[in-house]
This record gives sequence, C-alpha cells and structure tokens, in this order.
Amino acid sequence: MVKVKQLHKRFGDLHVLRGIDLEVKKGEVVVIIGPSGSGKSTFLRCINHLEQPSSGEIHIDGVNLDDGSVDINLIRQSVGMVFQQFNLFPHLTVLQNICLAPVKVLKMPEAQAEELARQLLRKVGLADKEPAYPHQLSGGQQQRVAIARALAMKPKLMLFDEPTSALDPEMIGEVLMVMKELALDGMTMLVVSHEMGFAREVADRIVFMDAGLIIEEGEPSEFFTNPKHERTKTFLSKIL
Amino acid sequence: MVRGVGITIEFTLISFLLAIVLGLVIALGRISKNKFIRIPCQVYIDFIRGTPLLAQIYLVHFGLPQILGYKPVGFIDALIALTLNSSAYMAEIYRGGIESIEAGQMEAARSLGMTYGQAMRYVILPQAIRRVIPPMGNEFITLLKESSLVSVIGMEDLMMRAKIMAGRSFRPFEAYFTSALIYLAMTFTFSRLLGRVEGRLKASGQS
Repeated sequence: MVKVKQLHKRFGDLHVLRGIDLEVKKGEVVVIIGPSGSGKSTFLRCINHLEQPSSGEIHIDGVNLDDGSVDINLIRQSVGMVFQQFNLFPHLTVLQNICLAPVKVLKMPEAQAEELARQLLRKVGLADKEPAYPHQLSGGQQQRVAIARALAMKPKLMLFDEPTSALDPEMIGEVLMVMKELALDGMTMLVVSHEMGFAREVADRIVFMDAGLIIEEGEPSEFFTNPKHERTKTFLSKIL
Repeated sequence: MVRGVGITIEFTLISFLLAIVLGLVIALGRISKNKFIRIPCQVYIDFIRGTPLLAQIYLVHFGLPQILGYKPVGFIDALIALTLNSSAYMAEIYRGGIESIEAGQMEAARSLGMTYGQAMRYVILPQAIRRVIPPMGNEFITLLKESSLVSVIGMEDLMMRAKIMAGRSFRPFEAYFTSALIYLAMTFTFSRLLGRVEGRLKASGQS
C-alpha cells in the first residue's frame, strides 16, 4: 500500500528526515512513536505531499508520487488525514464539513453525500450533531467529525497526526475507540501518537523514530518488552 | 449641492463595487506562487499606495490619453482612477483576511483532494470574507472622502458644487463648511451602519 525509500526532507539547513525506508501493507496499522522533533509528523505530511520531500521515493498503491505525471489531488482523494488541531471548517455545519469534499471533488450528488455523511456520523457516534457548528462541539467530538470527514472520501489509507494530543484526557478514549474500530474494519492506518496503550493494543507494528531516522521497528509485544536499540530503551523507560 | 451629493455617491458606489471584484483578483494574484503573476500585482499595489490619488487622476485623464491615444472623458476617467486606486487597497484588505485564516484550513482542504482553487473558494474565502467586512467598510468611507478629488477634472460632485457656490455667493466659509457637514453626515451614517453589521458578525460568532 505504501512504500517509502530513502526519504529526505530539509527545511533550509535543518535536515529533518535523513533517509526513511518504510513499507506498509494493506490493512496494516502502523504506529510511529518517538521524541518530539524526531520528524514523525513531517514524515506523515510527506506521504500526502503536504510537505514536499527533498529527495527519495514514495509509492502509494503502486503509484510513484514523484512521477511528474501524477495528479497529487487524485492521490490525496484516497489518502485521508486527521490533524492534531482537527482543522474542521468553522463556517460549515458538521454535515456540510463531511459533504463538502465528496460533493465538490468527487461530484457526488448532494443527497447521496448527505446519506453517506449520516452513516459516518452514526459510525463515530455523533448522529445527533449533524446541524451543529464545530465550535459547539467538544474537542473529542470535533476530532470524531474530522475522522468522518476524511472517511467520506472512501480513502484506502488513513494518516493520523497526533490525533489525541490536543484533547483533554477524558476525551482521548472516545477518539481512540473510533480509530480502533476503523482498524478492525481493515483500514490501512499510519498513526503518529503518544498513546502507548493504543499502540500496544491496536498496532500491527511499532516504528520508533529519532533524529529523522527509523531506529527500530517491530510487533508491539516484542517492541515494548524487548527493545533492541539503546535509544529505544531510553525512550521507553521515560514514557512507560 | 444636492445634485453634487448624488454624483459623489454615484462615483463612490460604482468604483467601490468594481474594486470589490478587481481587488479580489489582485489579492489572489499577489499571493500566487507564480512570480509572473505575483510580481506585477505587487508592483501595482506598491505604485498605487505609494502615489497620491491626485496624481493618478491626472495620469488617467491627461497622461495616458497622450500615449494611448484615447479621447479623455472626465466621468469615465474619474471612475477608472478611483477604481484602480481603491482596488489596490482592497487587495491588501483581502490578502490580510486570507492570510489570517490558519494554515491548517488549507491543509485540511488539500488533504481531502481539493485543488488550490477549490480550497480557496469553498474553505478559505468564505471565512476570510467575514473578517474583511469591517476594513472594507473603512475603505468605503475613505473612498467617499477621496472622491472629492475628481472635482479637479471638472466633475460636478459635492466638492465642485461647493466650489461653484463659494464663487457665486462670495461666501466661501458657508459653502465649504456646508459641504464638509454633508460629507460628515454621509460618513457618520455609514460608519454607524457598519458598526451594526460588525456587531451582528460578532454575535453570530463563528470566527
């Protein structure tokens, strides 16, 4: 589903990603952890080209993004993204937030989009919030709407960029629950998160990044109980 | 003088409406990634904002006809000069509004597969418009006052009527003071109206 080869990203003199190689199979849930500033978010944002990689290759579903003929908008339609700050559209209702892209981008008839939106809202447990505006919702509710909004494009891959980091503690659970159900439905997911409980329970694989490199990766049971690398051990000892 | 008031309002309204459209086009050009679009827009804005409106009116009415060979028509030239002038200020107002929208909004829209144009149209501009209404109101008031300069190329607006009356009556104080009061009445009324609109925007609250 995703294949990344020797990905580098520089912001001026700052060398943020220093050669990332990663493969994610269809249906796999990969959780990326690591200290802040390690390049986790930048890596995620490179995958749908919100950041332009400096060098390296990214393939999504067999398509090389850096092939000049690729329409990035078409790729992004099949790659959903959920942001730390939710980024819901404040001038639109919950229903309109979800319908906007299917209607404008996929040219889906409005009635059909609304039907889909209602279905997704039920899925994330917010069927009653249809006419509400984002500012009337709690953080956890906003993030669940944001997930529904991304799912409305029927993506093959979902990227989560610290989806619970901006939430009050009591709201984290409801968002993780939705993500867990999504994983059980077989969605391919790439998640940057500090939620170790979620990583342990839901991830097929944990990837540990530090200083722009993947230091270690492995299955959660193995990774958490028996980390190989010294830096992984230090990191885990601080957070567990 | 009443006739002059009508002409002043006419100039202000028409050029303001045109500048709402032209200003947006220039603002979008100004923030374009393509430098062949961005730089001309930047130069245009800098030129207009860095030169007096009076000079711009003379240029359009006397200067350009000489080079471009068209026949100067006072009314049209005055309208063009006011519109070109206001468009530059409007462009900067739009740009301020657009840039005040958090980057996450554009990113979220693009991540859903929208093109830059779609993201602008459906996500950024609807939010920016709410924020630019108050400064646009101020620009309207400025334009209303500045439009008095079209009297220098013979337009019979409020300012010109005052000038004529001052000459005829030999009572310049009364003539000019009356015209000043009329300008004040217009700008005051409008800024009150604007205050209400702002209040309602705040009340509706989705910033």
